[in-house]
Amino acid sequence: MSGGVRSTIVSQFEQVAREQKRKLAPLSDDLVLIDSGLDSLCFAIIVARLEDTLGFDPFSVTENVNFPVTLGDFIKFYEDAAK
Amino acid sequence: MPPNDTRSLWDALDGATNAAEQRLWAADACIALQELNTGSSLDIKVSELRGLSVLIAASDQLAAALALIQIDGIARRLILCPPDLDAAHLPHVMAIAEVDAVVSDRSAADFSAARAARFVPCSRTVITAAGGRGKQEATEWILFTSGTSSAPKMVCHTLSSLAGAIQVDDRLSGAVVWSTFYDIRRYGGLQIFMRALLRGGSLVLSSAEEATKDFLVRAGSHSVTHISGTPSHWRRALMSGAAQQISPEYVRLSGEIADQAILDNLRAVYPRATIAHAFASTEAGVGFEVEDGRAGLPASYFAAASGGVEMKVEGSSLRIRSPRTARNYLGTQSTPLIDSDGYVDTGDILELRDGRYYFIGRRGGIINVGGLKVHPEEVEAVINRHPRVQMSLVRSRKNPVTGAVVVAEVVLKPKAALTTGSDNAALQRQILEACQRALAAHKVPAAIRIVPSLEVMPSGKVARPDA
Repeated sequence: MSGGVRSTIVSQFEQVAREQKRKLAPLSDDLVLIDSGLDSLCFAIIVARLEDTLGFDPFSVTENVNFPVTLGDFIKFYEDAAK
Repeated sequence: MPPNDTRSLWDALDGATNAAEQRLWAADACIALQELNTGSSLDIKVSELRGLSVLIAASDQLAAALALIQIDGIARRLILCPPDLDAAHLPHVMAIAEVDAVVSDRSAADFSAARAARFVPCSRTVITAAGGRGKQEATEWILFTSGTSSAPKMVCHTLSSLAGAIQVDDRLSGAVVWSTFYDIRRYGGLQIFMRALLRGGSLVLSSAEEATKDFLVRAGSHSVTHISGTPSHWRRALMSGAAQQISPEYVRLSGEIADQAILDNLRAVYPRATIAHAFASTEAGVGFEVEDGRAGLPASYFAAASGGVEMKVEGSSLRIRSPRTARNYLGTQSTPLIDSDGYVDTGDILELRDGRYYFIGRRGGIINVGGLKVHPEEVEAVINRHPRVQMSLVRSRKNPVTGAVVVAEVVLKPKAALTTGSDNAALQRQILEACQRALAAHKVPAAIRIVPSLEVMPSGKVARPDA
């Protein structure tokens, strides 16, 4: 299951970067999201798409959540919510 | 020339030369207006209602139509209760409108909340009896706004403001048969009801209980020539597979933004009809009509006042000053309907492109994507241009990054209905690409869902969660 979440997230990053004509930095767990080449609209779209594909939005569960800093944090955040 | 308030609807019929052929058709009944014309007193004991504030609360539209014809010019005030008014709002309505009498085909017990008011039954039957109508009252007409959630606002009109866009001197000859998808107790439907009464012709009433297809078959059987509805009504008609059942000369859209896609679709189905889209609202009255087949309106409309209607754009929204606007909202707590210069702010946002103004949405409906504004309707207009799309609804979805994003729900045309998931995915991608080509990045839907249908409210407008 956790592998499914990871691959879904990675493919959304790639998909949105293509659509928004952004040059995506090589994806690794320690990639800082603001250095990924994506802007905040891209992240907003990724979160909305993930809600549709995964069926949940971890940001809506907790009120005062800090946005993940690295890609690894981001994936873990979704994986934890999927448990 | 528009009528003045020294004449009532009754007088208009009384003076009509062709009333003999005028009929009101409901789904299961028909009234010849001549029956009203020959008698001087009627079903309703109109003398009991002289000078009173009268709530017309019939469940049957035909009974309501007859009541309006009989009581205009007798009552001090007529309140047109829409069929879907929430009963919980009734005590508030009765108090604000100072209702003295309730005219209804329902049981008096349904109005027990209105203890002080007299109850007068009405029906579809016309009973001819002796006795004159007596002196003419200048009746105030109260309509409800089609707002969604909270208590509806009550808007004050007169017969002359309501009929201001109707050329009463120009009575239509030949077999004119009017119809409308609207209920006649809403502004859009009332316009067609009054056109039939004041300019001549019969009227085919629609009904909330009747399927769109059945209504179109019935309208076709009466050879409807002039028919109106909202763009959502018309999209539903196109989806019903029965649009070809009518072959009107005149097709009118109002109440929502008429985008190019719906105008083109109607043009294709009714090649010989005049396809007109009108701007009208309960508060601002009929502003203008556009008949060139294109969305929006020429900027030249703002230079020359037509029919006494003056228009301007201020703070991006359309403002209208004319004898057709309502005067005020009923109730002391209410905000002014007209500004100090006499203009009604419609709240409809216009954008000027190449000498033409386009409606891009409502002031209250704006979605804020990270500080950038999006009007749902401008995105819908792009989506609706896709040849397989029948209609769409764009709304806001809460988002942790930008506060909100734009998402879209799309209904496909009947023949384009999809069976396979991969076909769906391809279509979603095409729609997305079309949006990316036409719109700024923040206006492009983050997610597009294909849905079987969208909710249309009793007012004929698509249900907007943010409205």
